[in-house]
Amino acid sequence: MRLMLRTGVLLAGALTLSSGVVSSERLDTVLERSFVDNGQATVDRLQQDPVQQACHHSRSTPPDAATATSLRQERLDAVIFPADGDFLGDWQRGAEVADNGRGLQSSDDPAQPNGGNCYACHQLAPDEVAYGTLGPSLTGYGARGQSEPMLRYTWTKLWDTHAYNLCSHMPRFGAQGILTEQQLKDIMAFLLDPASPVNQDL
Amino acid sequence: MIKKWAWLIGILAMPALSDDGIFDEYRDLMGDDNPAIFVIDEGEALWFEPQGPRSASLEGCDLGLGRGVTAGAYARFPRYFEDTDTVMDIESRLLHCMQQLQGRDRDTLLAKPYSLRGDMGTELEALVTWLAAESEGAVIAPEQVHPAERAMYALGEEVFFYRAGPHDFSCATCHEQSDMRIRLQALPNLTEHQDAAETFGSWPAYRISEGLVRTMGWRLQDCFRQQRWPGLKLGSEVSVALQTYMAVNAAGGVMTAPGLKR
Repeated sequence: MRLMLRTGVLLAGALTLSSGVVSSERLDTVLERSFVDNGQATVDRLQQDPVQQACHHSRSTPPDAATATSLRQERLDAVIFPADGDFLGDWQRGAEVADNGRGLQSSDDPAQPNGGNCYACHQLAPDEVAYGTLGPSLTGYGARGQSEPMLRYTWTKLWDTHAYNLCSHMPRFGAQGILTEQQLKDIMAFLLDPASPVNQDL
Repeated sequence: MIKKWAWLIGILAMPALSDDGIFDEYRDLMGDDNPAIFVIDEGEALWFEPQGPRSASLEGCDLGLGRGVTAGAYARFPRYFEDTDTVMDIESRLLHCMQQLQGRDRDTLLAKPYSLRGDMGTELEALVTWLAAESEGAVIAPEQVHPAERAMYALGEEVFFYRAGPHDFSCATCHEQSDMRIRLQALPNLTEHQDAAETFGSWPAYRISEGLVRTMGWRLQDCFRQQRWPGLKLGSEVSVALQTYMAVNAAGGVMTAPGLKR
C-alpha cells in the first residue's frame, strides 16, 4: 500500500557518519517495502497523523512554539468527556485494565478487550513491584482530590496526553480508541478513589 | 535441554527489587554456562554440511572477509556487498549464500526463519549463533565506507524516531533515555554508545523464558510487534537500517554473544 507522501524534508541527525538527509518520499517507500500486514497489525498503521508527524520530525521534543500551541489546542478541542457527566467507574475493574498489557498487537485476539498497560511505565498500587519508570509514579494520585478541574484534567491526560504535553511518550488511550469510555472511567476510579490500592499505604 | 533450564523461569519470575540487578547477579553466577553452546555446535555442523540441490556446504560463502572466512566476520555487519549491490545483515547474507551456493529456494528458506515458542531452533538461528561465537571478543566495527552503508545509517536513525501506529510508538519511545525500565525489564538507551555496545554485542542470545537462541533480526521483529506495527520482513531495508544504526552506535564495543537473557 502506498503511504501518503508528506511535505517537507526530514533532517537526519548531525552525526558525522551519517549522510545527513533522508527524504520523506524515500522513507515512505522503504517502510512500504519493509513491512507486511500481520493479522490486525496492518501496513496502513505506518501512515502518520499530524501529531505523530510533528513529534517524529522533532525527535520527541515539541516542535516550534506556534505549531505546538496550535496542535495542543486542536487536541484539547477534540477531547470527548463522558456523555453522562460521570467520570468515575469501578476501581477494581480499573486495576485489571492497568495490569493488562495486551491489545492491538499482531499476536493479540481482537475479540478480547485492550489493556491500558499502565504498569509498563508507571508505579501505581504500592504492592505491585513490577512497574516501569518511563512515566512518573502515580502512587497516591488520589490525594489530589476529585474536584471538577481535577476530573477533567485527569480524563484529558488519559484521553489524549498531547493536549497538555505535546510529544509525550504516552499513548492517546481515548483519542486513538485503545480504551473504551467505560475502561477510562474505571482507570479514573483506580487513580482517584480513596479506596483504591493506588491511594493506600503499604 | 530445555527442561533442564525450565526451573530458571521460576526464579526469573520472582519480583526483583530494582531494575536488572538480580538478573545481573544471576548472569554472573552462570558464568560461561550458557545453553547456547549446544546451538553453536549445531551451527558449525550446518556450515560444513552439504545441502540443497547442489549438495554444497556454506564454506564458499563470503561474509565480507573472503570466501569461507568466519572468524571476526559477524562483528563487521551490516556491510555492503558488491555481488548484490546492497547492504546486508548477516541473516540476509546467509540466505543469499544458501540460494547461490546450495541452490535452495528463497521462499522455502523464508517460510520459517525463526522458531516459534516450543520449537527447538531453526537452521538460520543455529548458523547465526555459531558465526556470532566466531566473533566473540572481536571489536564491533561495521563498515561505513560505501555511500550505501552511510545512507543505511541515516535511514536507520530516521526510522528509529518514526512514530506510528495506534499507540504512537517509535523505537525511541523505549530506547532514547538512559536508566529506564518497562515493568522490571531494563531498557537500553540505543542512542548512546555504552548501552548500544552492550546490547548489540550480546545478540544473538539464549532467552531463558523461551528456551531458545534468538537473533537480532528476531529481536527487531518482536519489538515492532510490541510497537503495534505490522510485520517486519527479514533482511528488509528497515531491518538492516536499524541494525546499522545500532552497530555504528556500538562501534568500538566488544562482541560478547551469544548472550544470556531473561
